This record gives sequence, C-alpha cells and structure tokens, in this order.
Amino acid sequence: MNTPAPPGAAAGRGPALAAVLAPVVAAVAALAVHLLLPNGQAPASGWTKRLPPWMRPYPIALEALLIALPLFATLEWLWQRVRPAAIRAAEPIAARFRACGQWLWEHSAWRRWVRIGVVLWGALFDLIRDLRPWGRRNAPLAAGIVVAFCAWDLVTLKLNWLTLPYFPGPDRVLAALVADRNRLIASTLFSLVLLLSGYAAGVVAGLVCGVLIGWFSRARYWGMPILRIFGPVPATALIPLVITLSSQSFISGAALIAFAVWFPATMLTSSGIANVRVSYLDVARTLGAGRLYLIFRVAVPSALPSVFLGLFMGLGAAFLTLIVAETVGVPDGLGLYLSWAAGYVEFDKVFASILIMVVFFSTLMTLLFKVRDRVLQWQKGVIKW
Amino acid sequence: MVTAPALGAAEGSSLRIRDASKTFHAADGTPVPVLDRLSLTVSAGELVSLVGPSGCGKSTLLRLIAGLDAPTAGELWVGSAPITGPSAERGLVFQDPSLFPWLTVRGNIEAGLVARGVLRRRRHEVDEYMALVGLIGFADAYPHQLSGGMAQRAALARALINHPKVLLLDEPLGSLDAFTRMQMQDEVLRLWQARSTTMLLVTHDIDEAVYMSDRIVLLTQRPCGVERTIDVDLERPRDRNSPGFLRLRAEILESLHFAGHTRFTQKSNGVFEETTESRRGDGDR
Repeated sequence: MNTPAPPGAAAGRGPALAAVLAPVVAAVAALAVHLLLPNGQAPASGWTKRLPPWMRPYPIALEALLIALPLFATLEWLWQRVRPAAIRAAEPIAARFRACGQWLWEHSAWRRWVRIGVVLWGALFDLIRDLRPWGRRNAPLAAGIVVAFCAWDLVTLKLNWLTLPYFPGPDRVLAALVADRNRLIASTLFSLVLLLSGYAAGVVAGLVCGVLIGWFSRARYWGMPILRIFGPVPATALIPLVITLSSQSFISGAALIAFAVWFPATMLTSSGIANVRVSYLDVARTLGAGRLYLIFRVAVPSALPSVFLGLFMGLGAAFLTLIVAETVGVPDGLGLYLSWAAGYVEFDKVFASILIMVVFFSTLMTLLFKVRDRVLQWQKGVIKW
Repeated sequence: MVTAPALGAAEGSSLRIRDASKTFHAADGTPVPVLDRLSLTVSAGELVSLVGPSGCGKSTLLRLIAGLDAPTAGELWVGSAPITGPSAERGLVFQDPSLFPWLTVRGNIEAGLVARGVLRRRRHEVDEYMALVGLIGFADAYPHQLSGGMAQRAALARALINHPKVLLLDEPLGSLDAFTRMQMQDEVLRLWQARSTTMLLVTHDIDEAVYMSDRIVLLTQRPCGVERTIDVDLERPRDRNSPGFLRLRAEILESLHFAGHTRFTQKSNGVFEETTESRRGDGDR
C-alpha cells in the first residue's frame, strides 16, 4: 500500500502512542480503584442513591474515556494509512471538502464501507482542523485530571481519610451534579446574567471614566482623588448599604459588581491613556489629527494592553463580588445554592456547585483571553504574555 | 518607475523663520534658552540640512516649524501663512519611525487620510504610496515585523500621502546601518525630486548633508543660532568621492571642530549631558 508519511510521523510514533495511552492507563487505574477497592466511607446515599446504577456518572465517565480514546486513536491511525492524497494536498478547507466528496463518489462502488467510514472520520477532524497536535499536547493534562479524580476518590470514598459528610467522593459529587441539574442550571444562568450585566456596566463606566481621567487634566484633578478614596473600598462592604437603597435585589447586585469592576478598569485605562508615547501624538498631530482622532485612534489603542489588564482584574473582582452578593443579599444564583446546600450539610451539592463555578469562571477568563489575543494581535512578538 | 498622483506637481512652499527664540525652564525655574533669535529662509522646493552639535536645539527648531511647540518670541511662516499649530501641510518624520504599532503598514499609511476624513475619496492612493516606497508586499504586516529601513519607508509614505508643503526630517536615517542608510538617502532624494517638496533635514552625518542638500546650515552650540550657511553647488547625482564633495566635507568638519569641545550642558528636563560634535546617532530633544 502506498502510505504517505503522516504529518504526525515527524513527532515520532512513540510520543503519539504515549499521548493516547497516558489518559487510558490513568482511567484504567482510576476505574480499578473505584470498583475493586473496598469502600471506607458509607456507601452511596442521598442523591447518589436516587440515580439508577447505569447513570452513576463517575464510573461511566471513566469507562467512556476507556472506550473512546483507543477508538479515536485506532480510527486516526487508519485514517493516516488510507487518507487519499488528493484530500491531503487540497489546501483551502473548501477544496478539501470537494476532494473528499469526489473521493467518496469515485470509491462508493468498491463497497468498502469500513474504508469509507474511516475517511469520513478523518474528514471530520481533518477538514475542520488538525486535532492531532492538539490531542498530543493535551493528553498528559487529561491524564493528570483523571489521576487527580482518582486521588480524590482514594482519600474520600476508599480510605476515608477525609470523612463524610464534609468530603464526599467524586462519585457522589458528580451524581449530585446530574441529579440536581435543573436547579443548578437555573442558578448558573441567573449568576451568568447577573455577572455579565454587572461586568458590562462596570466596564463601560470604567472605560468612560478612564478615558476622561487619563486625557483631560481637569477630569484628572477631580477624578483621581475620588478614585483613590472610593476605589479601594471592597464592593462587598457596601452590600448592606446597597440592599437598603434598592428593593430590586438584581439591580443592587449588578451595581455592586459594576462598582467592583469599575475601579481597576478606570485605574488602568486612565494610566494607559496618560502614558501614551508622546511621539505617537506628535506624529498624529502633524498628520492633521483632531482631538477625537488623538483620543480614539491614538490614545485608546495604545492604552489597550493596560486596559485589558484592568478588565482581567475587574473580572476577578466581579467573581468574588458575585458569589458574596448572592450568598448575602441577592436571593438566587450559584452563591445562594452553595450556602443553602452547606446549610443543609449537603456537601455533595456544595462541591457540585464549586465544580460548576470552576468551569464557569475559567471559561469566562479564557474567553476574555481570546478576545484580548484577537484585539492585541499587533502586540505579538513585542510582548510575551 | 512608479508614478504617484500629483508627482511632479510643484508642491513645496517656502519657509521663513524670523528671530525665533525658545526658552525652556529647568526644574528649579532657571530659564534655559535653546534657540536664540534664529533666522532662516528656505525657498520652495529646496532641500536644506541642519547640522550642528548634539543637543543644540535642532529638534526644537523642527518642533517649532511643525507647530508642536510655540516659540517664545519670533515668527515662523510657511508661504504667506504664519505657523500657529500643527498641520498636515507640514509633515514630520522622526529618527524613531514612530509607526502606530496597532495598525498594519497600510493602516499607518492611511492614518493621515483617516485623520483628515478623506480616506473614502483617496483610498486608491494608498497602494500607490506603498509602491512609491517599495512596501507593496507588506501592506498587512505590523510594524514590529518590519526592519528599521522598512519602518522608516512606511513613516515616509505616511507623511508624504498628505502632500505636505514642507517635510521635516529629524535624523530620519540616524538609526539605520550604513548600507541601508545610503540606499534610503537615494530614496528620499528620488521622492524629493519627484514631488519638489520643501525638505528640512536634521542630521549628524556630514556625508549625508553634503550628499543630499542644496544648502547646509551649520548651527552653533546652545542657545542655537545659525553659524554659517554653505551652498552645495555639486551636480546631482553626487559622487561621494569627487574632489568637490571631499572639499566641502572637510570644510564643514573644520567649522564644527572650531565650534565644538566637550562640555556638560543641562538639558531642559534638568538632565546633564556630555556634548561634543562627534556624538552621533542619538536624538537631542
């Protein structure tokens, strides 16, 4: 068979195999620990018990990993061997789709459906984006996550070093996540809307104030002291005050988050604007720039790296304020869910909501990073993030 | 040869400076005179070099002409209009190209058109100016991806697209290596001849001054005034090794040695600096 050298070959077969095997081995170990070792903690009760055995998410997830990864790897390997040269050579994605369609059209008479299936599989990943390097890069991380879950399972359910009811194992926590999904989804959505409205308001206010304070010396004279005096006040300290001011708890919550975001956003925007390189402004002036051009086309873009720093700090402050506000004042959302579950000593739910927060917050952070990378593309090579 | 719009049209404007003085104040309030009653006339389409000891205020003079700073006393005129502030008719190119790093080469060259709100009407010129400075394949590159020479070409195109009547060049080739520098000198001359823009070139490089200018103005140690003016009557294109060239070069060197000796001066921002005529390659603002 005429086998074109697969692009993965450059990295060597060994590392590729190890990349696939590492999470699989970890999953086997985790599953063995979970199924074979005797339980140290009391067996499943509460939420976990309400789920039928086939819906227990922890072992199911491990088993899925065990089956899916080798399957993917095999298909991928087959794809490398049968991949028609025409598809590989076609450069723009549209051309690859066309080549793939043509190949299927020409070879359908062979009735070698397995081969066609493999090509379809390969097409799925190959046409959209080459996932092999991504998979190779992230496989050790995936294995690490599985090992962490296994360790958690060991110290709680199996060895009972950390005891119930405060430290449920992954099985219970994931089960609570699945069983109480409706309420968790509703709480998450509420938190998301509250967070985004507060964050958006804070960012807008911060950008406006930052540009004013950074550019106009009169605004700086009055704005800086206000910023210095009120900015460092933790937004959470204002919760009792804000709640008495407004009967609408959503609005007061959003206002608190906005306040928490406003300070770092304003501070770093204004410092970015005030520190624009003078030569940029000079050049723009000699090009015939008016004040609007100087502010919005010179000062603001050159301040953007600093602005994004403020947005990151603001996002962190917003997370904190969100959860505290929901715990204390705003009667809804993940914060309330968390404190309410803790009040009933349902720590599987506590951990479930924390797990959601981890995903929720880190996803938002990652999104902001992506936006930053897109907007500050021009900095690539200038600054190491 | 690429032809840009309005190339060949007489665009330059004369420039008159009468008794211009500029005094800065040090941190403790002592006045530091940088320019002292400097007078200079440049006729339309002339290329004049300003040569003088480092830190003598050449850049300050250019900033006055650009309208970025106002003189303490005296008057400056472009054509028949007094200079009151910065304007697109007086382009400025620094030693550091100062391209906007957040814009691509195309965006940078367009900047003047955007700033004056004429981009829609004159967008087609951008490509022509990129061709003019030889940056055709680099429209979508960001400044950090460019070499020093390429960045300076982009800065030139950015200034030229506004059809300035006077182009002020503040050691524009100072940071380039010798080879690129000679190449860029020819490039600037070509643009100057094609556009007959009035050009004022600040330089530390005497070869450059003799090679390029119609007239060389030697400036005195701070406070800056005109020491003497030398007409360069050599035929273009000039030969850097011709007897006339070498004679002029020697003559200028001699006058500068006469004016210069190492000393410490306090700059307008209070920083002391060593000044000799042999220091090169750094700005003196």
